[in-house]
Amino acid sequence: MAKKGWDEFEIGAMLRTFDGKIDDIAGTRQEDRAYSQNSSYTASVADWRLIKPVFNKDYCIDCQFCWIYCPDVSIISRDKKLIGVDMDHCKGCGICVEVCPTNPKSLLMFPEQADEETEIASWPKKDEEEA
Amino acid sequence: MSEMKKIKNLKEFSTSADRFEGANLLCPGCAHSIIVREVLNATNDDMILSASTGCLEVCTAVYPYTSWDASWIHIGFENGSTAVAGAESMYKALKRKNRLKQPERNPKFVSFAGDGASYDIGFQWISGCMERGHNIMHVVLDNEVYANTGGQRSSSTPIGSSATTSPAGRVSYGEKKNKKDIVSIMAAHGIPYAAQVAPNKWKDMVKKIQHGFSVDGPVFINAVSPCTTEWKFDPKDTMNITDLATDSLVFPLYEIIDGHELNITYRPKNIVPVEEYLAAQGRFKHLFKDEYKYLIKEWQDRVDEKWAYLQRREESRV
Repeated sequence: MAKKGWDEFEIGAMLRTFDGKIDDIAGTRQEDRAYSQNSSYTASVADWRLIKPVFNKDYCIDCQFCWIYCPDVSIISRDKKLIGVDMDHCKGCGICVEVCPTNPKSLLMFPEQADEETEIASWPKKDEEEA
Repeated sequence: MSEMKKIKNLKEFSTSADRFEGANLLCPGCAHSIIVREVLNATNDDMILSASTGCLEVCTAVYPYTSWDASWIHIGFENGSTAVAGAESMYKALKRKNRLKQPERNPKFVSFAGDGASYDIGFQWISGCMERGHNIMHVVLDNEVYANTGGQRSSSTPIGSSATTSPAGRVSYGEKKNKKDIVSIMAAHGIPYAAQVAPNKWKDMVKKIQHGFSVDGPVFINAVSPCTTEWKFDPKDTMNITDLATDSLVFPLYEIIDGHELNITYRPKNIVPVEEYLAAQGRFKHLFKDEYKYLIKEWQDRVDEKWAYLQRREESRV
């Protein structure tokens, strides 16, 4: 979209979230929707993040607490299974890690630069005292 | 009336396709979007939404982006509820005249507003909507402060909270007036359903929202929404603070049907002292100084009194 100057905005703008017609939004998965460039789905807030969540599926029990409590729709859950974190939209708040009930947690926060595979390989072991 | 979405457990709920998008500009850890997601995912029907001026509005509709996948409108600070009520009136009129292009669709009308836009500025407008009996739902995202403009007090700000227009310091302990009981005020309009909800009790919340969609008439929902910026806590603790708010009964969860029948929907197993709730937030930090300690006791007494009142009202069924 061409950038508009401050005095060129329309009074009362209408933005369309989707390109073309979409009938059943609630029945269409995000990956199947034709988002227009006006949808914030096409934007990214990844640069807000200082720490990032890393998901270790070995310990996940698919309780979906992280899915319901994620403020940024960044926990991707398909067919009742948690499949990963949407790193374009995650702001790194850490709520998912707080609400994770497993021991050890299946989501942990690491610095943004950390390598996912090495962190998963050196995942903390079960904490007996807490159990 | 279309079929109500069946949500038995969280796994089933997680198959919902979100109609609210990420990359909005709400702070990390903001509870607003958690509440919005729980409301939108409670139904599969089309939604006609509005938001009054506030954090939710300025953060989800920053030109050229929108975070909403449903029809959404913003007009002014006060009239989010009336905008949706107008759309609802038009829908009813077209339906009566058989001029709906897709009559099989059953849109739901929801207006979102912050506590500033509901307790203070939009109060008269909401009251009008409730009185006229539009078939809409008004959801208040109650973060107890004008967070969008930098933390001025609203009439939802509780006693002792430090806000920028009622700061705590040498001569003052912050806000001096108690929070308005908005749910009772709205229930007094005789509306079919008014309820208080919290995002951490998602099942209770979804149940109340779905009940709200199923009744005919205006519905008022007050949702607690901890604000990491103004309540001054770490973003990751949003749900912990909400847990403390509901378990310490500072924010009891109940519903009022037809303006009189009160039901308490959540009774905490272990009631947490209010002190813990206050201690977790930076805005109440000064209450732990010796000279203001008496306020904590007053807080506890007030919360106990309110809880006793709610229980009495539930028992007496009036």
